[in-house]
Amino acid sequence: MSRAIDLSKLDPILTRHEGQKEALISVLQEVQGEFGYVPEEAIERIADALKLFPSQIYGVVTFYAQFYLTPRGRNSIRACRGTACHVRGARSVLRAVEQTLGIKEGETTDDLKFSLETVACLGTCFLAPVMMVNRRYYGKLVPHRVENILKQCD
Amino acid sequence: MEEITLSLNGSKVTGRPGITILDLAQQNGIHIPTLCHDPHLTPVGACRVCLVENEATGALLASCVTPIAPGMVINTESPKALEARRTVVELLLASHPDSCIICDKGNRCQLRKIASDLEIGQVRFSKTRHYYPIEDTNPFLERDLSKCILCGKCIRGCQELQGAGAIDYAYRGFDSKPATSLEVPLEQSSCEFCGLCVSLCPTGALSEKMRKYKGRETKRVRTICPFCGCGCGIYLELRDQEVIGVSADAENPVNRISLCVKGRYGYDFINHEDRLKKPLIRKNGKLEEASWEEALDLVASKLEQIRGESGADSIACLSSAKSTNEENYLLQKFTRAVIRTNNIDHCARLCHSVTVAGLATSFGSGAMTNSIAEIEDADVILITGSNTTETHPIIALRVRRAVMKGAKLIVIDPRKIDIIKYATLWLRQNPGTDVAWLNGLMHIIIEEGLWDKDYVETRTEKFEALRETVKKYTPDFVEAISGIPEDRLREAAHIYASGERATILFAMGITQHTTGTDNVKSIANLAMLCGNVGIESGGVNPLRGQNNVQGACDMGALPNLLPGYQGVSDEKAVKRFEEAWGKKLPTNPGLTVVEMMRAAEEGKIRAMYIMGENPMISDPDLKHVEAALKKLDFLVVQDIFLTETAQLAHVVLPSVTFAEKEGTFTNTERMVQRIREAIEPIGEAKPDWQIICQLASRMGYEMNYEHPSQIMEEIAKLTPIYGGIYYDRLEKEGLQWPCPNREHPGTRYLHKDRFTRGLGLFQAVEYIPPAETPDEDYPYILSTGRVLYHYHTGSMTRRCQGLAEIYPEALAEINPSDARDLGVEDGEMVRIASRRGEVEVKAKVTERAPKGVVFMNFHFNEAAVNMLTNPALDPVGKIPEYKVCAVRVEKA
Ligand code: SF4
Ligand code: SF4
Ligand code: SF4
Ligand code: FES
Ligand code: FES
Repeated sequence: MSRAIDLSKLDPILTRHEGQKEALISVLQEVQGEFGYVPEEAIERIADALKLFPSQIYGVVTFYAQFYLTPRGRNSIRACRGTACHVRGARSVLRAVEQTLGIKEGETTDDLKFSLETVACLGTCFLAPVMMVNRRYYGKLVPHRVENILKQCD
Repeated sequence: MEEITLSLNGSKVTGRPGITILDLAQQNGIHIPTLCHDPHLTPVGACRVCLVENEATGALLASCVTPIAPGMVINTESPKALEARRTVVELLLASHPDSCIICDKGNRCQLRKIASDLEIGQVRFSKTRHYYPIEDTNPFLERDLSKCILCGKCIRGCQELQGAGAIDYAYRGFDSKPATSLEVPLEQSSCEFCGLCVSLCPTGALSEKMRKYKGRETKRVRTICPFCGCGCGIYLELRDQEVIGVSADAENPVNRISLCVKGRYGYDFINHEDRLKKPLIRKNGKLEEASWEEALDLVASKLEQIRGESGADSIACLSSAKSTNEENYLLQKFTRAVIRTNNIDHCARLCHSVTVAGLATSFGSGAMTNSIAEIEDADVILITGSNTTETHPIIALRVRRAVMKGAKLIVIDPRKIDIIKYATLWLRQNPGTDVAWLNGLMHIIIEEGLWDKDYVETRTEKFEALRETVKKYTPDFVEAISGIPEDRLREAAHIYASGERATILFAMGITQHTTGTDNVKSIANLAMLCGNVGIESGGVNPLRGQNNVQGACDMGALPNLLPGYQGVSDEKAVKRFEEAWGKKLPTNPGLTVVEMMRAAEEGKIRAMYIMGENPMISDPDLKHVEAALKKLDFLVVQDIFLTETAQLAHVVLPSVTFAEKEGTFTNTERMVQRIREAIEPIGEAKPDWQIICQLASRMGYEMNYEHPSQIMEEIAKLTPIYGGIYYDRLEKEGLQWPCPNREHPGTRYLHKDRFTRGLGLFQAVEYIPPAETPDEDYPYILSTGRVLYHYHTGSMTRRCQGLAEIYPEALAEINPSDARDLGVEDGEMVRIASRRGEVEVKAKVTERAPKGVVFMNFHFNEAAVNMLTNPALDPVGKIPEYKVCAVRVEKA
């Protein structure tokens, strides 16, 4: 999947931080704020501007779960597969999401509407099984409710 | 500072404050195992294998990162320490595959060795392994990260020493691993295949592909890399008579644990099947095998016959910047005393003859003023006309490290070469306009009063003439010629003038012009103007190309100079040589390389003796070179392979590689270093020095040496700058000339307090355009040079499997906008034509080439760029203008 991206949007960010190795994390946050993710094509440019090696940028991007190398959907789904949820059927909930959207965990739909990932525990075990869509929790889930929930997103 | 006293394994010991427990233990001959530590890298204390116990407190300490402190009671072998180490190693083994038996690291694996030292058999932990696919798509190294213990040495080596930064830790926790950016294969990353990471890796995670299934070496021989002028120290690793690997000689100050890809992986030419094993004689138009007797008899009688018929000056010899000092000395002795002509030259003519000429007049000595190691401590570095990363990789590492330490780097080069990544400022001049911008820099420095008045006053002469000449080189005048914008030129002037220890590095981009001597003089002027010659880490530093090009010049393989730069018409010197050699010597200067070819074409040179050179690829305007060589009545070529030149010879004499003989090479920083015989000569091949001796005695002149050390003794007696150089002194390390006597320690940097010629001489020069500039018919400029993976005419490196695989063909670099105009896509074939010939070559469309300039390397005979180049010469140094000629480019 290749999407045309406008790398010139990097310029103001990189000019602001020219040569500042220590600013890498905030640069990455700004880049992700701009594009919704850290485009692969940006890595070399960031490295040049900050006088770091591209491998160092990649290392940091992959170290922190907050950074993404692929475009994210407008809506982020986080399905829990912690122990409490697991015993209450988190798996079938996850499968329902996957089937509805046609993607696997870690992936994004082609129309960039949804991204799906799983987490170890959302901290609301009393609602198990739980999933979060953007900032909203959906608890005591059963597979057939999933489609409806996702329909409400735009 | 006061020494610290503490107890180590029961004895009282002392150490300097600041050293680690590990250092202290090593100083006291106590071994502590380590996995993530290497003395050349920043310590990280990650693996915990080096734990020791401080019995005063009961604490376990990572000895590689813990400084010694008073009152410590260190026990490196306490039960607690050993148990802790065992646990650490067992944890490592738990996530390690059980493939030791088939692992290529074999008993060089540190993990395996430490485990067995700790008597670890069964691992108590349950196995949690990583399975990663083995990556081996490149020709040099194989990565099997399932064996990685995350010591991080590869990463630190690649970032801190190599400065390539191809890899870093990616991911986190259990998934962590060293990876390239985006996890592309190494060959698509910034990896330069220096092999440092492999040599640092304590396990089989990184291994050498070429060594696979070769078994363990049976012998290691300390010697010097045969490729470039850096002169890196290496060990040849042998299995019987085969070289199966190379490792860095960490004691050598030039390179320590680093090497470049050629030095580390370019060794398989040595045992290559193409090696010449017997003399060849042309019979009925074909080269046929012959005995040494027959071949040498023929050469001797033919040379004598031609000398008898047409005089000694109808014979010319080419010596070799690849051969040893001793061999160069002997060939010039043979030429002068036996043939009795000064017609001897070698390829230095084609690279740095103008440096020797220019700097000798400015300073009195034409070599690098300073040493390689000193570059690291310069505060300003100006690189011009040197693609340092590719042509002098180990020197480039020093530059990178200087920059990491805070030095400012100015690069002035038409091409966007790699080192620019590290530059504070890059100026892109039009090719062939160097005198203009150099004068421009001096104009600004004088105008703004930034020059070193004291230095100019006390150490130099003829400053006023320079001041007059540079007056008209105002920044806008210079901009019109060179294309360098005024403000950038000013910035460069300010940076250079601000340096306390500013060094200038240059190479063929400066010399290979019809104005080469002027370019060099201007560089000397600039350096003197700011007081940078004769100081540590400063200077004027011509980077010499071949492994022994410095030595070949030192040894007088030059038509106008005897060994040690003593003139052939300098009566006193000539007399000394005549006495020593017992022969009357010719005193008229001989012909230079390009002049020899012209004379041959005109029939004035009738015979040539070529030792280890390949003019059929390396010389300009090949059509004429070929015509010249074919016209000769007699051509002898002495080489290790049947080169393009040897194919034209009447007699071919098989010589040996650096691995099969004893001798010395002198690297670019004037350091004379020993090379040592590692394997026996292949077939019937012989070292060059023996061949010359046998030929000389056939021609009635006895040369009796049992060993090259005896030749060096003769050199020392006749060559003041080598006066103190004897083999017994070279055993441990090299010596830098001038080294006038046995007690002299050698000279790290030249012209301290006084120039060799007394006062430094400013030589004002005016800008003159290149001999051939683009016009309507030939609208592009062609420039030539080298690439990292190959050497010279490719006769050695193209026979190295890995090097040939990673860089298999000639490429012409073309700027994207030119490519668009020409309708050429990356990877398509183009035809490049000059007034002298044409070649077809694959286009590499890249921003590296400036608009209007095409760049080609000269390593490939299939696309021999020297079909195109212009043999117009610099009037003094007689160097041809390889760097600028006019060409036409079209889609093929
Ligand atoms: S071979 Fe050299 S450049 Fe490549 S990854 Fe290893 S250390 Fe880095
Ligand atoms: S690949 Fe080798 S050197 Fe690099 S981290 Fe792993 S074990 Fe250490
Ligand atoms: S830098 Fe030069 S001398 Fe050193 S290993 Fe490479 S080719 Fe050999
Ligand atoms: S296990 Fe799902 S919210 Fe805690
Ligand atoms: S060697 Fe000391 S912690 Fe690794």
